[in-house]
Amino acid sequence: MTFEHFAIGVGIAVLLLMIPAMLRIVNGPTALDRIVAVNVIGTKTAVLLVVIGVVFKQVGMFVDFALAYALLNFTGSIAAARYLHRAAQRGGDAPSGEEAD
Amino acid sequence: MILTILSVILIVAGLVFFFGAAVGLMRFPDFYSRMHAAGKGDTLSTLLVISGFALYQIRGIHDLSHDWPVLLVVLKLLAIVVFIYLTSPTSTSALADAGWEDGIDPVIEPGRENHLEDDCRRKKTPTAQNPEPL
Repeated sequence: MTFEHFAIGVGIAVLLLMIPAMLRIVNGPTALDRIVAVNVIGTKTAVLLVVIGVVFKQVGMFVDFALAYALLNFTGSIAAARYLHRAAQRGGDAPSGEEAD
Repeated sequence: MILTILSVILIVAGLVFFFGAAVGLMRFPDFYSRMHAAGKGDTLSTLLVISGFALYQIRGIHDLSHDWPVLLVVLKLLAIVVFIYLTSPTSTSALADAGWEDGIDPVIEPGRENHLEDDCRRKKTPTAQNPEPL
């Protein structure tokens, strides 16, 4: 059993453990629950890209993808948090995410 | 060999923490406790798994003048680790703040007093007596 087999197992485990986060996206009560779950899945996707790089012996290429993915994931979640923050401040007790600009 | 064993230990520990984060995200009762599970478990598991892969990549460095791309890969993996270590708690904090401003109530055990309500819940509509702090 080489390290590549172990890396395939790690990738499968990460994919299986993403399923609870996916269920939280489907039936999260509020929009922020869904954003948190999307954030978790995005962080794990960066890990999964590194795993794919190790499996295909192309780490030098895939590590750049993982770095860019982590950056974009952070930007997206900060943007969503700021948007819901502003919407809540502007719109009184409007439910999450329904207050458009 | 010892580096491989160490990296396998780190990666398996990261998977254990990710299992905890997934179970917490699935089972916890309210938004803030789910946020707690997701924020901490997700950050630590990502750090451990990527550090494990970085440690495995170090194994390929024998001669630095010839193997410098591998060193570059290791440094990029460590850059991902540092970046996630800085940004994941930041986004967790921002999301929890947005949830608080949005009026999501934490689940309080019945019989216990809710101190949050009168202590620090900001008024939802700012008035002249209670202006919105910037």
